[in-house]
Amino acid sequence: MTDLTSPVAPPPTAPTTADKSQFDSSSARKQWQVIARRFLRHRAAVIGVVIFVILVLFAFLGSAFWQYSYTDLGFTRYENPTANHPFGTDRLGADMVAQIIRGTQFSLQIALVVAFLSTLIGVVLGALAGYKGGWVDTAISRFIDLLLVIPGFIIAAVLVRNSFVATATGGGSSNWLVVALYLGLIGWLSIARVIRGMVLSLREKEFVEAARALGASTSRIIFRHILPNTVDVIIVNATLAVAQAVLLEAALSFIGLGVHSPDTSLGLMISLNKNELNLHPWLFLIPFVFIVLISLSVNFIGDGLRDAFDPRQKRVKA
Amino acid sequence: MLRYIIRRLMISIPLLILASFLCFALTTAMGDPLGEWKLQKPRTPAEISAAYERTGYNKPFLERYGSWAGDFVTGDWGESVVPGNAGRDVKTDIGKAFVVTFRLVILAEIIALLLGMLVGVIGAVRQYSLFDYTATGISFAMFSMPLFCVALILKTGGISLNNWLESIGADRWIITAGPPGDGFKGGFGEQFFQYTGAYILPTISLVVIQFALYSRFQRASMLDTLNADYVRTAQAKGISEARSIFRHAFRNALIPIVTVSSLNFGATIGGAVITETVFGWSGMGKFLVDAITKLEPFQVLGFMMVTAVFIIVFNLIADVLYAFMDPRIRLD
Amino acid sequence: MSELDVMDAPESAGSSSSSEKLLTVQNLSVDFPTDDGVVHAVRNVSFTLAPGEVLGVVGESGSGKSVSSMAIMGLLPKTANVTGSIKFKDHELVGRDYKQMMPVRGNNISMIFQDPMTSLNPVYTVGWQLAEAYKAHHDVSKKAAWAKAVDSLELVGIPQPDRRAAQYPHEFSGGMRQRVMIAMAIINDPDVIVADEPTTALDVTVQAQILDTLLRIRDETNAGIIVITHDLGVVAGMVDRVQVMYGGTVVEQGGVDEVFEAQRMPYTVGLLGSIPNPSLLGKRLTPIKGAPPSLMNLPSGCAFSPRCPLAIDECRETEPELLETDRAGHFSRCHRTAHLATLVDPQKLFATDEIGVVENPASLTVANPDIPIVEDVDVVEARMQEEEENPTS
Repeated sequence: MTDLTSPVAPPPTAPTTADKSQFDSSSARKQWQVIARRFLRHRAAVIGVVIFVILVLFAFLGSAFWQYSYTDLGFTRYENPTANHPFGTDRLGADMVAQIIRGTQFSLQIALVVAFLSTLIGVVLGALAGYKGGWVDTAISRFIDLLLVIPGFIIAAVLVRNSFVATATGGGSSNWLVVALYLGLIGWLSIARVIRGMVLSLREKEFVEAARALGASTSRIIFRHILPNTVDVIIVNATLAVAQAVLLEAALSFIGLGVHSPDTSLGLMISLNKNELNLHPWLFLIPFVFIVLISLSVNFIGDGLRDAFDPRQKRVKA
Repeated sequence: MLRYIIRRLMISIPLLILASFLCFALTTAMGDPLGEWKLQKPRTPAEISAAYERTGYNKPFLERYGSWAGDFVTGDWGESVVPGNAGRDVKTDIGKAFVVTFRLVILAEIIALLLGMLVGVIGAVRQYSLFDYTATGISFAMFSMPLFCVALILKTGGISLNNWLESIGADRWIITAGPPGDGFKGGFGEQFFQYTGAYILPTISLVVIQFALYSRFQRASMLDTLNADYVRTAQAKGISEARSIFRHAFRNALIPIVTVSSLNFGATIGGAVITETVFGWSGMGKFLVDAITKLEPFQVLGFMMVTAVFIIVFNLIADVLYAFMDPRIRLD
Repeated sequence: MSELDVMDAPESAGSSSSSEKLLTVQNLSVDFPTDDGVVHAVRNVSFTLAPGEVLGVVGESGSGKSVSSMAIMGLLPKTANVTGSIKFKDHELVGRDYKQMMPVRGNNISMIFQDPMTSLNPVYTVGWQLAEAYKAHHDVSKKAAWAKAVDSLELVGIPQPDRRAAQYPHEFSGGMRQRVMIAMAIINDPDVIVADEPTTALDVTVQAQILDTLLRIRDETNAGIIVITHDLGVVAGMVDRVQVMYGGTVVEQGGVDEVFEAQRMPYTVGLLGSIPNPSLLGKRLTPIKGAPPSLMNLPSGCAFSPRCPLAIDECRETEPELLETDRAGHFSRCHRTAHLATLVDPQKLFATDEIGVVENPASLTVANPDIPIVEDVDVVEARMQEEEENPTS
């Protein structure tokens, strides 16, 4: 196949002395720089990073710097936002800023665990199925097909319900990790399929054949040769999975089948305040804005990453 | 083609059987149906054993599965078993709920798909234009919003609209608590008024998110096809730009979105869960949430099986449509 | 009469005088503004094409050959900045928008693209796509267009054309698909056919057939053909005049035999010398050291100067003009062209030290250059028998 040289990517400049080797290892470093540069050119993606970092700092470090704690309940209830309580107070008289800090923290925690878990399982199983082929592939693929027949959301809801039964008598046990685990367990299906497809085609490439011929073991081939070529897709997918997880957890909490006290999450907060839109809109709107900020910023980052790894430009042959 | 369809349907049967087993396991994992009932107040052993007899949970797993499966395929989907809620036939309830949900979902899907395709195509053709940036921005924003928030905001807006209408002497239009169980009444104009009033907000909620998905997807696949070699060939033949975009690029971009939307539709039943909860519709979504909350195993099972069939059927439709649209794929 | 009407189908192809040029390109330049800078893909390219003439455009990837052909067709992206003049029979093409180029494309000037696998729309039948090409320029019924489509398939040598026209592109082999592309290009009897690397994606055996088909069409219609390729074998076999491109511009131009025998620009020398040749069995290949220049950061002066064995200071300072050499009709863009003309064996200019210290593996085989390359089976068998009976080693 002829080389398509896009006018955008400059071919190596002609060396002034005839001796400079073209196989400089610095060209590998340059690839990451190129990707980083392309990413930074995406204004939206950069804004996304900034917002996300601010949110993370806010969620995890905010409580150390904010004057009130989420357990302080003594304030006047339903107070509109004031200088003292920039986010107002809720129906129990707790300061909303503290609540939001905590809620954001939980939402982020859950989302990150879910994304990590589903990506990990998905990549491992997908790569295994794609590389090994044969009965391993068939078993995993059929299993995925089977799981896809039931919407994951519903599987998660059903499973999470179990963690409630014990708490029906009141008091409560923390179940955010359980929710995160279940969501992670249902979220790996699509990434597994994608990775499987990629590994299947990468497996046939000549460089894998070459590695085999040199005596490389299966795991070495998978980890050192095949997976690095899938890293782009994995990173983009993992990023988008975070955004999806935030929304999914919020939805579960809304219908009452997600986290519950003593844990909280932005979704739960919205759900608890769903009737306040008319009289005390900030109780609903502020957690809503925060969820949207998390989701938007992560989506922007994911989009920026996707473009940075594989820009869509009109290519013209020279 | 026909052979392929029949073959797929044949394969679906063992798939459904496996799925039923999985569903049953999940339902069992959901917990003891009497778990919370027992904790509500002290129950006598006689009450407890009677209640267990009813649920069938006093028997081992496989036996329960066997008896449920056997009943299920003969049309007996069981009934609700938790004391205080017991005695409702699952099949009847699901049947009613399904009709409600289906009407809502299919309307929303079609609107979302058509609108999404339109915006996606225009966005791709006029890439980086103001329209594209605006559409992308809106899609992004919609995509990033939880559905229930959108629905809640719309509902509040609807109530405000109603209040305003009332204040100027008109009838309240938006119905935020589900369509009337026994249909609409009155003349055509009245029915239309009520129909739109009931459907508009939930439909918009569903459309909003689906539209964002479809428009992004369509835009991406249009961008791919617009840059394809065969479009360049077509333009080199001297055909008009519009023709090259629609007859060549769009026709090829249609293939993936048709597949995706078919698959998506099968799973949209889940999305209806949120909307129905917010707007108080007695559809499949509300049915499920109630069933899970009340720990009703047979209701949950009934729901899952219906959803499974739906998804399998739509997967088949997606594959058939794909083969229909892409001559390179020959199913046999 | 609008400008568009002037460009009607040239049924009068035979009546145009043979001295009238079909295509006159003067000082064509194409720039692409990008985030990293301006890419000068084509710089000051000038050439002409006469009826019945086959012009070969040769160059490596990045030399600007494809972009210049796309410029002729007006198919460059909107961001491209095209300056200069492209005249088709006195009608200026540069500056026309899409609508204004429509009557020309596929009708007066048509193009055959490189990759037949992706150049055909997979969801429509071949006949449909051919008929579309015809109907774009002729107001006829679907039936008539389909008949014309079948005809054109027959013209390019596809058997059972009526059956094949109803098939989809994926049911054709690579060579057949390229024939379909040719059929699409000739269905409206164009005056100019631009073939962009028509054989690159095909097997060698099929290449010959495709090139033969093109030549046959030229014979029958007297169309002018531009063949863009990096394969010098293709050039030698079918082209009348050849144009060598490097760094976005034309560096040598002339009759094909001329240029092959007597190069007047060092790049051409290196190009011809780098082809593997059976008569050089056992000897080292002589590539041109270095790499083609970046079209964004072109070296000052001549684009080839960093790699040129004859380069002097003037070469690195000023870019030479395309001027006629000591041989008529033979142009080159080189300050040292006069000196080059005096060299007996210009190939030696590029002889270099070996890359690495590995022995040339070809020398390990005992090669006898005196053995003729093509022999009859009986002769070979006789020799083998003889060696068997009288083993020499």
